[in-house]
Amino acid sequence: MIASSSVGASVVVERLVKRFGAFTAVDDVSFGVDPGEIMGFLGPNGAGKSTLIRMLCGLLRPSSGRALIAGLDVARDPEAVRQHIGYMSQRFSLYADLTVLENLRFFGGLYGVEGREFEARSAWALEMAGLLDRKSALTSELASGWKQRLALGCAVLHRPPILFLDEPTSGVDPIARRAFWELIQQMAATGVTVFVSTHYMDEAEYCHRLALMDRGRLVGLGAPEELRHHALRGALLEMDCEPVGAALEALQAAPGVFDAAVFGSRLHVVVASADAASAELPAYLGARGVRCTRIRAIEPSLEDVFVQQLGAAARQSRGAP
Amino acid sequence: MPPAEVGDAVRVEALTKRFAGVTAVDGLRFRVGPAEIFGLVGPDGAGKSTTLRMLAGVLPPDAGSASVAGCDVVREAERLKTRISYMPQHFGLYEDLTVEENIRFYADLFETERNAREERAGRLLAASGMSEFRRRLAGQLSGGMKQKLGLTCALIHTPRVLLLDEPTTGVDPVSRRDFWRILYSLVDEGVTVVISTSYLDEAERCHRLALLRSGRLLLCDTPANLKRRMRGEVVVAISPRPREVRDALAGAPGVLGSLLVGVAVHVNVDDAARIPELLRALVAAGVPCESLQRVDPTMEDLFVSAVREAERTDA
Repeated sequence: MIASSSVGASVVVERLVKRFGAFTAVDDVSFGVDPGEIMGFLGPNGAGKSTLIRMLCGLLRPSSGRALIAGLDVARDPEAVRQHIGYMSQRFSLYADLTVLENLRFFGGLYGVEGREFEARSAWALEMAGLLDRKSALTSELASGWKQRLALGCAVLHRPPILFLDEPTSGVDPIARRAFWELIQQMAATGVTVFVSTHYMDEAEYCHRLALMDRGRLVGLGAPEELRHHALRGALLEMDCEPVGAALEALQAAPGVFDAAVFGSRLHVVVASADAASAELPAYLGARGVRCTRIRAIEPSLEDVFVQQLGAAARQSRGAP
Repeated sequence: MPPAEVGDAVRVEALTKRFAGVTAVDGLRFRVGPAEIFGLVGPDGAGKSTTLRMLAGVLPPDAGSASVAGCDVVREAERLKTRISYMPQHFGLYEDLTVEENIRFYADLFETERNAREERAGRLLAASGMSEFRRRLAGQLSGGMKQKLGLTCALIHTPRVLLLDEPTTGVDPVSRRDFWRILYSLVDEGVTVVISTSYLDEAERCHRLALLRSGRLLLCDTPANLKRRMRGEVVVAISPRPREVRDALAGAPGVLGSLLVGVAVHVNVDDAARIPELLRALVAAGVPCESLQRVDPTMEDLFVSAVREAERTDA
């Protein structure tokens, strides 16, 4: 369905730094991305994700280091870089008071897609977005799933080999979201390189690789599966305890427990060893008036991994063990 | 759903709201027990905000009824306001006032007693890791900190029921955890929380939840019970060639559907006991597969399954 003639492009980032006065927003970041790869960026607000992405889009000049987009240097050739990329954000991409077709024309004009190429690309975008018979509808009247596919159509009208997505499916109906990611994965399969920036772990799962940023630095890099299985220090247990409040308090001081948190009616407990903790914790809690009815080891979520890594990075920067 | 009790913190009966031909909330029914965290979960346009505005007594329903903290939201709206706190999506923080000044403003508004407010503000700010930002202008806070300040302001009087409209949208995972830690500690104090979210993974933190779509209730139960009701099971395949895995399993017996998720394929299958059978199908097709294992379904899996189920019944 993706009739894209885009040729994939690789991205190379070497020791990239961006300072604003005394503040270092991006601090010595290096990585490479292959054509057709979906690469996700995660991290708290202010971690440097947007600054990094703005540099990669040629919108902001690096202070030092370099970044090559499809072989083009973002500092020397920002204009050419911008022609190689598409950018889509769920919230800000479209003009709500323009019709579907007017939005496509606007972006066509912006990217210099004209004449027969515009006809072909806009027809493709309308079909992809399922909007063939709603060309004249006001964009504000579209449901979020359609809006977001139209935004994608606009962002790739000029067949960019590199696509940046900023929290593209936040608030979108899960069925539309799955359809959207199916499209993105098809594009990637044709060689389009995709960057995703998100706080949303359900979106992060769709990435081939994830980069975790914290205070300007890259603190983790790997496939979601890899991070889930190998990046957590310790193992994660799910426990049913009564009463929960007392259990939480007791667990926080228990031997072999790194962290404990309430999760719905249950507790999520990070321990040094799942076997040892499963054997010892019920008695430990029992002695403190807490009844433990069920313990099982569960897979950590990406969020579990990231929250722990960010905590560790914070401790390290304060010089604590 | 727990049996109807006098003690229900929230009771919603056939609640309906229409806007210019669109039924935003359509015959909603649910109950929330005291000290429960109840989630209204669904995408944009599901009717979450409209429901919360009706529960807060700021929007009159077109049909049906709701009572919150023992007050009917239409007839006893004034009394209701003294018993609840409502934090809308865009909570009215004064950006040119400091953190402390914002708190003082809301404390005055809610006529909170002076001694109680100092103690409470101090505790809430400490719990959200914001003690050192007391003198910072609200306009200079990050998104996550603004939400935590909003919560502090909303909680400066002690409500029986707290209504939160998408408080964690756009908030990073670390701040989100802080936020939930505060909610759990409130529940320990006996406060009931009704919270809306479009982040389906967040739904698992609620004690019970309502899955909403287009103004209608899809399902309402605890996260664990909802997962038990999911049709079939989810098996995850990890492969260097995920697309081929999906194609090879497309027509296999018992396979209800599959989804490409990065380097993985999530296969919805009637029974996870079919794993050896699926592996044989992959070997026969010559598709490499590193692992194939059953996983707990996600809330999104569940949501999609519930929508499909509803479509089947409608058809």
